[in-house]
Amino acid sequence: MNQPASAYFIEDRHDPNETHTLSVLVQNEPGVLARVIGLFSGRGYNIESLTVSETEAQKHLSRITIVTTGTPMVIEQIKHQLDRMIPVYRVVDMTQTKRSIERELAMVKVRGQGEHRVEALRLADAFRARVIDATTESFVFEITGNTDKINQYIDLMRPLGLVEVSRTGVAAIGRGPEGM
Amino acid sequence: MSDKSHDPNQMTGAAMIVRALIDHGVTDIFGYPGGAVLPIYDEIFQQSEVQHILVRHEQGAGHAAEGYARSTGKPGVALVTSGPGATNMVTPLTDALMDSIPLVCISGQVPTHLIGNDAFQECDTVGITRPCTKHNWLVRDVNDLAKVLHEAFYVATSGRPGPVLVDVPKDVQFATGTYHPPRKSDVHRSYAPRVKGDATQIRKAVALLAHAKRPVIYSGGGVINSGPEATKMLRELVEVTGFPITSTLMGLGAYPASGKNWLGMLGMHGTYEANMTMHDCDVMLCVGARFDDRITGRVDAFSPGSKKIHIDIDPSSINKNIRVDVPIIGDCGNILGDILQVFKAEAKKPDIKAWWQQIAQWRARNSLYYRKSNEVILPQHAIQSLFEATRGRDTYITTEVGQHQMWAAQFFGFEEPHRWMTSGGLGTMGYGLPAAVGVQVAHPDSLVIDIAGDASVQMTMQEMSTAVQYELPIKIFILNNQYMGMVRQWQQLLHGNRLSHSYSEAMPDFVKLAEAYGGVGIQVHKPGDLDGAIQEMISVKRPVLFDCRVAALENCFPMIPSGKAHNEMLLPEQANDEATAKAFAGGKALV
Repeated sequence: MNQPASAYFIEDRHDPNETHTLSVLVQNEPGVLARVIGLFSGRGYNIESLTVSETEAQKHLSRITIVTTGTPMVIEQIKHQLDRMIPVYRVVDMTQTKRSIERELAMVKVRGQGEHRVEALRLADAFRARVIDATTESFVFEITGNTDKINQYIDLMRPLGLVEVSRTGVAAIGRGPEGM
Repeated sequence: MSDKSHDPNQMTGAAMIVRALIDHGVTDIFGYPGGAVLPIYDEIFQQSEVQHILVRHEQGAGHAAEGYARSTGKPGVALVTSGPGATNMVTPLTDALMDSIPLVCISGQVPTHLIGNDAFQECDTVGITRPCTKHNWLVRDVNDLAKVLHEAFYVATSGRPGPVLVDVPKDVQFATGTYHPPRKSDVHRSYAPRVKGDATQIRKAVALLAHAKRPVIYSGGGVINSGPEATKMLRELVEVTGFPITSTLMGLGAYPASGKNWLGMLGMHGTYEANMTMHDCDVMLCVGARFDDRITGRVDAFSPGSKKIHIDIDPSSINKNIRVDVPIIGDCGNILGDILQVFKAEAKKPDIKAWWQQIAQWRARNSLYYRKSNEVILPQHAIQSLFEATRGRDTYITTEVGQHQMWAAQFFGFEEPHRWMTSGGLGTMGYGLPAAVGVQVAHPDSLVIDIAGDASVQMTMQEMSTAVQYELPIKIFILNNQYMGMVRQWQQLLHGNRLSHSYSEAMPDFVKLAEAYGGVGIQVHKPGDLDGAIQEMISVKRPVLFDCRVAALENCFPMIPSGKAHNEMLLPEQANDEATAKAFAGGKALV
């Protein structure tokens, strides 16, 4: 690469990207989600998935689960940048612990008739998806699982009349008796 | 319940703000009134413990508070109104965030029931300032105000210092509630910056230092932020180890420029010996600095053969730009103290005579050389003359941003911390004049000089009026070359000498301008008149605009050229047209 006329060394580093799931325990106060998201957009980090909800109402604690990609150095940066925010209690890299369970819930609407309907139901059974709404020409399936399983299910529904999908994003928790 | 009207802690939100300032030892604040802060101004009017300095533009209030903070080690406080008052604070807040300056900004906001209605002088202040503060708050209930104000001061001054903003709607300022003095429970439980260094890491660091053959200490603004103890420990460490020491722009003064181990500043316009020492060292001790791109040059060629120890209070500074071998998180004063203790107990001064001989050869290149003239004042010479004239005096220096800033860093020797106020991270032209106002407020009897450029100084010139009003005898020492010198230098070196909009065709008459403000104007053209004019400037006890006409086309060297490493510096004697063209050959992506 021809280095342009700048005082900076502009060429990008080419370390391989990794995908990590981060659990972030925060004080549930106005603007806290904006702070976290602003950090990602402001510093150019990726968000693949984001899930947030209050988890301990009395203590005003919310848990944010973020799936992000970056080089190992960038992932380290993200964790430190999150950790130094004032309302952030803890940041745990669920991917690094290798002892975590990740789940996502999706609602999948499929429209079709005849053989397609039968096939959709058969696949739903195989994936342990539940029917939560039905009309004579459609189903809404609820499916829970890791991201790969849900992607696979959606791919299978596509030729059978997939209309739309609503996904919660990834929630993660550590295995074993200890909390984060 | 007892009669609340007799409870001294029952008061309006506006009164709480003034009370909290007093409880935090604030004696001076910088601000500008407006509709949404009038209740607070009414309280300020009725007391005498907190002095308010009326600036001419909110940006000036912010930079003045920064100057105040950096010259005292105490937090600076700014008070601005909603809407434009708050948006004008964005630059100083960002500046303070980049340079880790403790700043507390209190902004007025439209009444809570109007928030979100696009009311007059409404803006989303906490939204706008979220990325440029360490933390910010919108207070919707007067009973939360005391807690938030106390937390704001704690967050601004603890850990890695930084700016905070508290946005207070006007109805909250009017409302009555309960105040309480500062207490520990005011702070988020999730905020607990680490101050003590890990003992194992400290031992690893000492082991590296003790066996170093070619060591260097690279210190930064963190040492100054940490306080006098850190400076003392740093100086003692240099003494005990005998290691060479360089510093970032922000760290100047932590180790005295007259000290025998001093290499000068490092980085893009640092000395040859500092950059070569960094490049060739085998052990680097980085204290309170952050491997900024202006320091490292090309990162993959940065000090390739060294083991790196990095002391920083902010874990996110570790391995951000440069991978280090021994990170130590905590307050650098503490950690330097621990390192010293272990070093003294278990190690002896390493023999690094050969390394010093090598450094002496680099020093002999005399990388700050410039050719003096009898006809025209060289900017480097002007700074040197200013330095000589102020030696031994109680002097504080602020700067704007550009060539003059780099020359000031190169040629003005700082012996003590807190004497040098410059916009390092953000590079804010217009910082120096209002910062000088803030420094002079904090140190009324000291000599406060803003080393300025003709372009930068016009960005916040209006604060001359503040200086005159409060009889602050700041000295604005303008190196006037009629160009935006650093822009022009880059255009010459990187953009085919096409000087696009870097020349000021209509320069004001700075002498008349000073007089118009009620200050004193001095102009000097000839090198022979310079010393006398500087003496005159120092002896005048009023604000001075000093128009120092300098060589128009002088450039700032040495310089690390495009995408090059520390050992590929361009030295002044090499900076002829051909070498420059070669060093900067390539495309046009200027950042």
